[in-house]
Amino acid sequence: MKSKTSFLPQGEARPSRCPDNTAFKQQRLPAWKPRLNIATVLSSFFLSGAFCLSVGVCLILSANSVREIQIDYSAQCSECSKLRENSSNWNKECTCSANFTLEEGIPGDVFMYYGLQNFYQNHRRFMMSRSDAQLLGQNAKIPKNCAPFATYRNGTPMAPCGAIANSMFNDTIELFYNSNSSAIPVPLLKTGNCWWTDKNVKFRNPESYNLSSAFAGTARPPYWQKPVYSLDEEDERNNGYLNEDFIIWMRVSAFPMFRNLYRRVRRVRQFADGLPAGNYTFSISYNFPVTKFKGRKHVILSTVVWSGGSSPFLGIAYVVTGSAATLTGFVITAIHLKLRKKKTYFQK
Amino acid sequence: MALSVDSALYRWRRLGTESSSQTLSESTPLLFSVKDKPKLNLNKCRIVFPDNGRRWKDRKQASTLYPGNKIQTTKYTWLTFFPKNLFEQFHRLGNLYFLFLVVLNWFPQVKAFHREITMLPLIVVLLASMIKDAVEDYKKYHFDKTINFSKTRVYDKEEHAYVEKCWKDVRVGDFVQLQCNETIPADILLLYSSDQNGICHLETANLDGETNLKQRQVVLGFSSQNSLFEPEFFQNTIVCEVPNNDLNKFKGYMEQPNHERIGFNIESLLLRGCTIRNTEAAVGIVIYAGHETKAMLNNNGPRYKRSKLERRMNMDIFLCVGLLFVMCLVGAVGHGIWTGNFSEHPPYDVPDENGNFLSPVLAGFYMFLTMIILLQVLIPISLYVSIELVKLGQVFLIHNDIDLYDEEADLPIQCRALNITEDLGQIQYIFSDKTGTLTENKMVFRRCTINGIEFSHQENAKRLETHKELDLDDEEFAKLQSFTLPPMNTERAATYKQRTMRPLRRSQSARAHFQGHTRNRSLGRCDSNRSQVAFSSTIEKDVTPDSRLLRRVREAALQIGNLSSSIHTNISTSLTDFFLALAICNTVLVSTATKPRQRVTVPPPIKPSGITLEKIHQIFQRLKLASLSQSFSSSQCMDCCDNDDDCCASGRGDEVQGKDSTDIGSASLDEVFKSVTSSSLPADFCYEAESPDEAALVYAAQAYSFTLVSRTPEQVTVRLPQGMLLTFDILYTLGFDSVRKRMSVVVRHPLTKEIVVYTKGADSVVMDLLEDSTRADINAEKRTKRIKEKTQKHLDCYARDGLRTLCIAKKVLNEDDFQKWANFRREAEAAIDNRDELLMETAQHLETKLTLLGATGIEDRLQDGVPDTIEALREAGIQIWVLTGDKQETAVNIAYSCKLLNQRDTVFTINTENKETCESLLDLTLEEVRKNYEIKKPRRKIFGIIPTSFSAAEVPSPEFGLVVDGRTLNIIFQGGLETKFLALTKHCRSVLCCRSTPLQKSMVVKLVRRQLQVMTLSIGDGANDVSMIQAADVGIGISGQEGMQAVMASDFAISRFKHLKKLLLVHGHWCYARLAKMVIYFFYKNVSYVNLLFWYQFFCGFSGSTMIDYWQMIFFNLFFTSMPPLLFGVLDRHVSAETLLVLPELYKNGQNSEIYKLSTFIITMLDAFYQSLICFFVPYLTYRDSDIDVFSFGNSINTISLLTILLHQALEMKTWTLFHLVTMVCSVLFYLIFSLIYNAVCVVCNPPTNPHWIMEKQFSEPTFWLLCLITPLIALLPRFVISVLRGTFGASLILKAQRLDKLPKEKRDLEIQKLRSTILTTSVAPVASPAPNEDLYQNMSHLCVSPFLHPVATAAVSGDTESQGLPISEVNPLRKQIPEEGYHFFNRWAEEESTATDPSAGPFFGHYPVVPSRVTTPGQNSGKLTKDNANNFSHGSHRRSVSAVTL
Repeated sequence: MKSKTSFLPQGEARPSRCPDNTAFKQQRLPAWKPRLNIATVLSSFFLSGAFCLSVGVCLILSANSVREIQIDYSAQCSECSKLRENSSNWNKECTCSANFTLEEGIPGDVFMYYGLQNFYQNHRRFMMSRSDAQLLGQNAKIPKNCAPFATYRNGTPMAPCGAIANSMFNDTIELFYNSNSSAIPVPLLKTGNCWWTDKNVKFRNPESYNLSSAFAGTARPPYWQKPVYSLDEEDERNNGYLNEDFIIWMRVSAFPMFRNLYRRVRRVRQFADGLPAGNYTFSISYNFPVTKFKGRKHVILSTVVWSGGSSPFLGIAYVVTGSAATLTGFVITAIHLKLRKKKTYFQK
Repeated sequence: MALSVDSALYRWRRLGTESSSQTLSESTPLLFSVKDKPKLNLNKCRIVFPDNGRRWKDRKQASTLYPGNKIQTTKYTWLTFFPKNLFEQFHRLGNLYFLFLVVLNWFPQVKAFHREITMLPLIVVLLASMIKDAVEDYKKYHFDKTINFSKTRVYDKEEHAYVEKCWKDVRVGDFVQLQCNETIPADILLLYSSDQNGICHLETANLDGETNLKQRQVVLGFSSQNSLFEPEFFQNTIVCEVPNNDLNKFKGYMEQPNHERIGFNIESLLLRGCTIRNTEAAVGIVIYAGHETKAMLNNNGPRYKRSKLERRMNMDIFLCVGLLFVMCLVGAVGHGIWTGNFSEHPPYDVPDENGNFLSPVLAGFYMFLTMIILLQVLIPISLYVSIELVKLGQVFLIHNDIDLYDEEADLPIQCRALNITEDLGQIQYIFSDKTGTLTENKMVFRRCTINGIEFSHQENAKRLETHKELDLDDEEFAKLQSFTLPPMNTERAATYKQRTMRPLRRSQSARAHFQGHTRNRSLGRCDSNRSQVAFSSTIEKDVTPDSRLLRRVREAALQIGNLSSSIHTNISTSLTDFFLALAICNTVLVSTATKPRQRVTVPPPIKPSGITLEKIHQIFQRLKLASLSQSFSSSQCMDCCDNDDDCCASGRGDEVQGKDSTDIGSASLDEVFKSVTSSSLPADFCYEAESPDEAALVYAAQAYSFTLVSRTPEQVTVRLPQGMLLTFDILYTLGFDSVRKRMSVVVRHPLTKEIVVYTKGADSVVMDLLEDSTRADINAEKRTKRIKEKTQKHLDCYARDGLRTLCIAKKVLNEDDFQKWANFRREAEAAIDNRDELLMETAQHLETKLTLLGATGIEDRLQDGVPDTIEALREAGIQIWVLTGDKQETAVNIAYSCKLLNQRDTVFTINTENKETCESLLDLTLEEVRKNYEIKKPRRKIFGIIPTSFSAAEVPSPEFGLVVDGRTLNIIFQGGLETKFLALTKHCRSVLCCRSTPLQKSMVVKLVRRQLQVMTLSIGDGANDVSMIQAADVGIGISGQEGMQAVMASDFAISRFKHLKKLLLVHGHWCYARLAKMVIYFFYKNVSYVNLLFWYQFFCGFSGSTMIDYWQMIFFNLFFTSMPPLLFGVLDRHVSAETLLVLPELYKNGQNSEIYKLSTFIITMLDAFYQSLICFFVPYLTYRDSDIDVFSFGNSINTISLLTILLHQALEMKTWTLFHLVTMVCSVLFYLIFSLIYNAVCVVCNPPTNPHWIMEKQFSEPTFWLLCLITPLIALLPRFVISVLRGTFGASLILKAQRLDKLPKEKRDLEIQKLRSTILTTSVAPVASPAPNEDLYQNMSHLCVSPFLHPVATAAVSGDTESQGLPISEVNPLRKQIPEEGYHFFNRWAEEESTATDPSAGPFFGHYPVVPSRVTTPGQNSGKLTKDNANNFSHGSHRRSVSAVTL
C-alpha cells in the first residue's frame, strides 16, 4: 500500500520514455500483402502450366534426339570375369570383344562411356579414402585419410593412395569399325574428357625433372598393375596424377549405377561426321572384376544435346507438372464459376 | 556481565562448529554462565557488538562470523570463468546433445563429418553464450566496483572519530554516520538522527521504486538522543533476527549493560540502497552487511517461464527424436543388410586401418550412431536460438508500441519476462484485481454520514463530473466554481477557484495531440509541483464541501465561539470528532507546497488570534460534558433520512432545503475565518499518504477547515475551523493491517486531557466492535442503535454506488485502563518471538467498545476505457474473473459499471460458511444453469443464491454471473468442492470473488489453471496481487498507485488497464501467430532438409555419406535460410492491428492454438516429407545413369531445396515489406555468391570432400537451371493449391479479416459491421430461445417460494432475522452481521420476486444512486443540479426497471 509517483524535479528535462513513432517501431511499415484472388490464381496456374508444357515438350524432343548404344559386356566376357575372380591371376592378360551394328550412323560428337552398375563409389568410407593434397602434388610421401591404402607394411607410401585410387577402373576398351572384313580402329581421344579445372587446378604431379623420379620412393596401389607414372606412357601430359582416366575415376559418382566418360570419337577421316552405319566391335582388355559385388559393366556410345543426356525424365516431369497445373486451373475456374452464382466467393 | 555472556555465546557457537575436545575443558565454565539464556541460538538470531573501544574484543571475534560489506554479484572470476561457464552451459540439454554428437564424431568408426567441423556449431553456441555472460559479468563487476569503493563515514575507535572508508570495508558492528542525500551502505540500525524527534527520512526508490518519503525512527527509548551521539559510550549488545529477505519485517532488541532490553523493529532499520532525505545527519550501527542486507537478499534475477507454445514444441521435439530414432534405425538395419549381402568384400567396402572388416551387426550399430550425427539437424537446436532472437524482437516491438505508452507516468510497457510473449495470444482466463486495476485508485472523497445523517456532497460529485469532461470551457467552469462555495466566503472561494482552475486550464493546453493519438493528460501529474507528492492529484485535493455539512460545521464552530450551549451540541461534538478523526487517524506526512519535500514537523509559531487557549479549554470541557449527557434530538432539517426506511431514495424534497440560505450567524463565523486567513499559516499543505484513501480523507477534512498542519511521531497538530491550532500527543499508533482491517491512533486531547482512541476501518469490522448500548439510558441506547442502523444503511448505499466505505469511531479511555494497556503494549513491542501476534492482540484489545462517529464513502473511479476493454476481451472469448478484497456490493457495482456483468445477466451469489449448504447451493445452481442451457429457456432462481438481476424477456440468451465471497471460497477449497465450483463457473460469463485474501486469489488462479488446463493471466497493481500474479501463466502488473511490488512480480507491466486490449488482442495475437508459424516452419525446414540426406542413404548403401559439402550444409541453416523466418517471426502481420482490435473474435485463433497444434504439426511433417521427396527424387531421376558426381548432385539438390524452402516461406508470408523482400533476395544471392566463391577458391581446404568448381560448372548446364525451376514448383504446388482452395471454401475468420484488410477504409468499416453482426448472430443462434412463457415463469417463481426446494432456501426467503430449519448464520453469515436494513437490498429482491409484484413498482425500487436528501445550493445552481439528479436517478433506476418489468 505504498505509493509511487514519478519524481520530476522542475527544470530538469528528463528524456521522455515515449517510444519513437516510427513506422518500424509501430509496425506500420508499408507492406504489400499478397492476397490470392481469382485473377492471380488462375493466371498463375495457366501461365505456369503453359510454360511447363512447352519446356517439357522441348526437353522430350531433345532427349529423343540423343542416340545411344549401350552394351553390357560383363556377360560377354564371362571367361575373363571368371579368370579375374581368382586374384592370383592378376597379371594374366584377358581380352574379349563385343559386337554391335549401327543401322544408321551417329552424327556429331560421339562420346564413349564405361558404365558400372552396383559399384558404390559413394560409400562413405570409400569416398573419404583419398588425399587431395597428394593429388595436388603436395606431401606426396605422407598421404592422409587413405588408411588402409596409405602405406605398405614396410612403410612405402602408395601413390596415389586411398581406396578410390586403388580400385580404379582399368579395363581398356577399343572400338573397331568393321568395314569390308577389315577392322578399322576408330580414333579415340584420351584427353579433353575431364573438367578443365580438374586437370589444371585440382591435380598436379609432384615437381621433378621426370615423372618416375617424382614418384620415387612411392609404390603403386595394390590393385594396380602399373605404377602411376606409366598410366599413359605415350603422352607425358596425360600421365601420373594428370591421367584423365584417373582424374575421371577420382571424381566420385553420385549413384551406384553410373557412367564415366572414357573416350571421345575423334572426328577424322570417315568418322568426321560421327560414326557411320555398320558393324563395330569393342575390344576389351578385361582387368576390372565386378562379380564380387554382383556388378555389371557397360560400354556406352552416346551423343550429347543441350539438355544433357538421353534421360527423358526432366521433360516428362515438365509435361506432367504443366498438365497438372493447367488441369487445376480449369478445376478452379469451374469452382469459381459455380460459386460466383452464390456470390460468396472472394467477396469483394 | 553482559559482556561475558556474549563472548561466551560466541565461543559457544564456535565450539559447535569445531567440536574439539581440548577447547571443551577451557570453555566449560563459560558455558555455565550461558545457562541462564540457553535459548539464544546463533542460527536463529544474530548478535551484533558495537565497534568501539570498549567492546572491540567481542566485536573482533564476532566480526569474523559475519560477512563484510563487499558485494560481489559477479558469477565468475578471471580464473573460474571458463570452467564454471562451461559447466553451466552444459546444463542445457541442447548443448549436451551437441556435445554428445561431437564426442560421437571422434570415434573413427562412426565419424560422419570432420571432427573439427562438427564441433563448430557447439563452439559457436558456447562462444556466443560465453561472450554474452562475460560481458554481463564484466558490467556487474564494474558496477560492484563502483559500489564497493563508494565512500562512507565510519567510526574509528583509535581516532575516536568518523573517518572515510570504502563501502566494502564496512563491517557488522561499525558505526556509520550518514549525511543528507547519502545512500545507505548497509542495513543499519538507526541510533541517532539530527532531527530532534529522532526521525530520519528515507527514499526507497532504489529498492521498490517508491518515491514518497518513509520515516525511520531512532530506536525507541534509546537514551542518547538529545545529546550528540557518542559511539564510544555505546555499550549495548544488539540481538536481532538472522538475515532474511523480508523488506517489511525486522525485529530485535538491544540489551543494555544493566540487562534491560529495548525492542526495535523495521521502523528503526535503514535499508541498504535507500537514500537519506531531509535529515542532516544520522548515525547507526551496521546490522547486516554486504550480501546479507535485505536489499541484496531481495535481489533475484529475471524470471524464466516456459510458454505454452514452447511446451507444445518440446513435445514435438520428442516426436522428432522419435523420428530421428526411426530414421537411424532404418539406416542401421539397411546398412547391416547391405553389408551382409556381399559374400566377398567389394572394393568399395573399405576395411579399417588394420585391414579388418566389420561384421554386419557391428557395422549396423556403428551406422546407427553415424546416422545420428548425420541427421542431427532433425532436432532443431537452432530453433531455440531463433526463438530467443524472435522473442527479443517481439519484446522490442511491444515495448516500443506507442499505444501502450502512458504519457502521464511517462512509462511505456515494460516486458520483464522475455520469453512468454506468445502466451499473450492464448489467454483464456483473466483474473483481475479491482482496485487500482479496473479503477484508478485515485480516491476521491464523495460522501459521508455523521451520526446517522447523510451528507451527499452533491457539489463534489458535480466537480468530479467536470473533471471527467476536460472540454469544459472556462466560462462554464467559472460559473460552476462560483456556486460551489457559499457566497459568504468569497475570499476562500477565490483561493479554491484558483486552485482548481489552474490544473484544469493546464490540462487543456497540455492535452497531447501526437500522431493522431489523442491522449488526455491527467491533471495532477503535469503539475510538477504537485506530482512530487504521493496521492495528491487535484481530484483528491479539492473536495468541495457539502454546503449543508459545511454550514453545520460552522454552526458548531460558532457555538463554540459563542460559548453558548445549544441543542445541537451533540451533533457538533460528533462533527468535530468526526473531522478530527479524519485528520488525525492516519499516517499522513505533511509538507508545504513551497518546500514539498520538507516535512512540516513543527507547528508554526502562530497563535490563533482572538481566542485564548483558556477559552478553548473551557469550550472543550463543556463540549465533553455535553457529549456525555447528551440527549438525542433530531433537528427537523437533519432527519430527512429518518422518516422513511430508504433514505437513499429520498431524492425528493431536496429543493426545499436547497433554498435554505446559509448565512446563519455568518457574521461571527466570518470573524473566525478572517482570523484564520489573515494568519501567516502556509497556504497550501501537501500530504503524503501511504494509501490514497488516507490522503482523500485528510483533504476532505481540510475542506471542512480541519487542516492537518503537522505530524511527528509524538504529536499531531490540527487547525480547527476557528483557526485555533490543537496539538495532540500521539500515544500510540496502531497501524493498518489486512487482518484487522482498521487502524487506530491513541491521542491525548490537549484540552480535555482525555485519552481518545480514534479508529478508522472497514465497516464490517468496525461495526462489530461498537459499544453495545447496554447503558441504563434507554434513550441513548435507542439513539445509538438508530445511528448504527442508519449508518449501516448509508454504508450499503455507498457500497452499491461502488464507493469504498470506511467507518470512523472513537473511544475514550480512562487513565488506568490506558496505563494497563500501555504496559501490555510495551511488553509486546519488546518481545522478539511471536511479537506480531502479541501486537495484534494488544491492538484488538484496545479497539473495542467504540462509539460510532460516522462513515465515509470514497469513490474509486473506473479507469477510462475499462468497459470497452472488458467487452472486447470478452468478445475475444476470454473469461474474466474479478478477485478483490473489497466488499461484495462494491465489487458487484463496479462489475456492472465496467460491463463485466450485464443488466440482462442472471447473477448468482453464494455466501455461505457451511460446507453442506455450499455444496447443495452449487449443485442447485449448476442444475439450473445446465437446465437453462438444455431447454434454452432461462429464468429460474434458487434462493440463498440470490439473483440480483435477470434477463429481459426479449433478450434471447441470458448469461450467468457468479459472485462468491472469501468465506465461501474457503469452504470450496477445504470441502473439496472445487470441481463443482469450476463446473459452475464454466457456464458463467464472469465470476466475482469478493472479500478474498491474497492467498485465496492465488489459490483460485492455481485451481483454474491446473484443473481446467487453461492459459491464465493475472493483472493487479498492489502487493496483495503479487501471489496471484505469480500463480498465473502470465502476470501483468499495473504500475499505478500502489507501489512496485506487483510490477516487480509481473511479466509485463502496463500503466493502464485499457492497454491490456491492445497487448492481448494485437500483440498477443501477432506474437502467437508469428512464433507458432515460425516454429512450424522451422520443423518443416529441418525435416525437409535432413530428409534429403536420408533419402540419399538408400543410394549409398546406408553408409552415411553426404552428397552436400559440409560447409554448405552448415551455412544452409546458419545463414542462407535463417534470416527470413526470423524476420517473419518478428514482423509478420497476417491481420492488421486495426482489424484485430475491431474484431476481437480473431483472438480465438490463438486461444484455440489453431496455428500450432498436433494436427498442423503432422500436416507440416507430411508436407516436409513430400517436399523432400520431390527435392531429392526429381534431380535423382534426372541425373540417374549419367556421369554426375556426388557433389554436383548434392549441389543441385542443395540449391533446389534452398529455393523450395525460401519459396515456402514466401508463400507463408502475409506481409511483404521492403525488409522481407531484401532478406529474401539476399538469402538467395548470398547462397549463390558464397557457393561460387567457395567453390572457386577452395581446392583442398576441406579434404575428402572437394567441391571445387562445381557451382560454376553447374551454372553452365541448362539441366541445372531447368531443375531449379521445376522442382520447387512441383514441391510447392500442393500447398499452393490447398491454400487457394481454402481461400475459396474455407470461411475462417482470419481469412475474412485478411480480405478486409485489403479493402479501402470506408468499405472495410461496413464489412466489419456486417461481419460482427454475423458473428453475433451465429454465436447467439444456438442458444436463442423464444420469449419465455409467462405462466411458466410465474410458476417457477412460486416454485421458488415453496419450501420443498431446500430448507436453506426457505430460510433465506423468509426474511431477515427469523430462521427456519437452519440457523441463519449458516445460511448467510453476512446477513447476520449486518442488521436487517443493511441487507435490505438483496432481501427486497427476494421479496419482490416471491410475490411477483406489480411491474410498475419497478422504477421506485431497486438500484439508484444515493441521492442527496438536501441540497443547499444557491440560485442558478439548484436547477442544474436537480436536473442532473433526475438524470442520475432515471439512469440508475433504469437498470433495475428493466428487470423489474420482466416480473
